Amino acid sequence: MERIPILKMGPFLLVTIQVDMHDRLAMVLQDDLTSMISRTGARGVLLDISALEIVDSFIGRMISNIAAMARVLDAETVVVGMQPAVAITLVELGLSLPGVRTALNVERGMALLRDAVRRADGAGTDAGADAIAAALAGEEDDGGGDAPRGPRGAPPA
Amino acid sequence: MSVVRAETVPVRVESDVVVVRQTVRQWATSLGFSLVDQTKLVTAASELARNTVVYGGGGSLTLEALEDGARRGLRLRFADEGPGIPDLALALTDGYTTGGGLGLGLSGARRLSNEFDLDSAPGKGTRVTIARWR
Repeated sequence: MERIPILKMGPFLLVTIQVDMHDRLAMVLQDDLTSMISRTGARGVLLDISALEIVDSFIGRMISNIAAMARVLDAETVVVGMQPAVAITLVELGLSLPGVRTALNVERGMALLRDAVRRADGAGTDAGADAIAAALAGEEDDGGGDAPRGPRGAPPA
Repeated sequence: MSVVRAETVPVRVESDVVVVRQTVRQWATSLGFSLVDQTKLVTAASELARNTVVYGGGGSLTLEALEDGARRGLRLRFADEGPGIPDLALALTDGYTTGGGLGLGLSGARRLSNEFDLDSAPGKGTRVTIARWR
């Protein structure tokens, strides 16, 4: 049976949709991803839809479902690479993908996932987790709230 | 206004929905629609083709290239001989569904089109026609 491949990258799962999906393929992906999160204990899912030429209500629902199921299984989902024409059409169609995190590209999506995992682990008192968090913070200063850099980094008055 | 070209394709099974998307994309491209307009047409067609298969039990799509003076357009006529829609106003309401979907198919397709017509009655099948002008 035709399937969309799911790649494991450290604590994350990476899915790149590169075909014009018929509905059953979308359902299979949803099921495969859910069981893969559970089997691997993945902390995040990166869904790259940059090759998708349309997102209709069915595919939109699949994306929302994946994000919701992943959340229940303690994994974050980030959807990356939506084409501008797809975004315009999606909103006009009436879909806003509530509860789905998005990022412009794979790089920013990975940063977002690392940040989410770091925050979740940093909330504990485990020294090991803190060390990992510190290491990740040094590697990726994107999204760190304490670095006033760029137009969005203006410190509060 | 005149129809300068027409083609009918089957919309019977789920995989036909993908063929519909590809066919509409080809027509919209050859008629010179912008990328955003192409995307809107293909998305609307995808919603309506799925309705034809899932609710109408299969049917057909007729594509028509339109010419009105200098204007160019694309009309899509979806037709099935399924059970029909008893309450048209309700069927066009955002979020209303009888099939477990999001209830955005018909209403969304209408928002993505310049012209929209829904003709259906119980036992009489369903005909949905949309058009978009360049």
